[in-house]
Amino acid sequence: MTAYDEERLAKLIRSLPPAPAGWVRAAQELPFARREIDEIVARAEADAAFRERLIADLEGALAAEGYERDRAVIAALRARLTSA
Amino acid sequence: MASTLTDGQLVARCRAGDESAWHELVERFSRYVYAIATQAFRLPEADAEDVFQEVFARAYQHLDKLRDDSAVRPWLAQLTRRLCIDRLRASARERPAAEEELFLTEADDTVAMLDEALTLHEALAAAPGHCREILDRFFARDESYKTIGEALDLPAGTIASRISRCLARLRSFLEGRSDGSEPSGVR
Repeated sequence: MTAYDEERLAKLIRSLPPAPAGWVRAAQELPFARREIDEIVARAEADAAFRERLIADLEGALAAEGYERDRAVIAALRARLTSA
Repeated sequence: MASTLTDGQLVARCRAGDESAWHELVERFSRYVYAIATQAFRLPEADAEDVFQEVFARAYQHLDKLRDDSAVRPWLAQLTRRLCIDRLRASARERPAAEEELFLTEADDTVAMLDEALTLHEALAAAPGHCREILDRFFARDESYKTIGEALDLPAGTIASRISRCLARLRSFLEGRSDGSEPSGVR
């Protein structure tokens, strides 16, 4: 970083507004959701049909099984299922 | 409040299962990931939220695969970039190849600018007095003089001059540093 003028500093500060608080909180709570995520992954590993349903329609399959459709949990599950 | 841990130290603590370190890691990089998705790749909010959550979910899942703990920032940027591109390609917003190349070049330029902005954001932590709070509230949070004055218990009429003074101080602080390449998290 070199040659600052105040206009450039202002532009740079302005370019990083806070992410929505709910998004940040959900991502921060991932460790607490871990037990539920582990449980779903373990079930998917033991039950091929459940795994197929999750891969075909993750959100729909979770809803059908009565799991809460939390975006952070869904994202974490997607990451786990695609890396498994 | 932000700690004095370097990125590398923070990643090491996350890997050891320190949940407060994970909280801080998300806090430290949330603006950056959000800005890449919404400004560089111009994703709509719903898609940006999915990408945002997936970036941190993958980071949480694969933190142990990071070879250099201090490289978490470029790693997150690359991960966000890749997930944004996947999202765009999977959507109806797919473009002809030449147009996509141009779009990606522009997006990468914006990511470079955001990278500089994050370095500046971290440097703000070392700025004197209320400067970090005032500059962040005014420019990044788009708060009025009145709101800032109330929040910081300062007369609203003095906010404009404080902003100007803080920008000048920040400028001399940055120009007075030997270089601008300190790792993020050094405060």
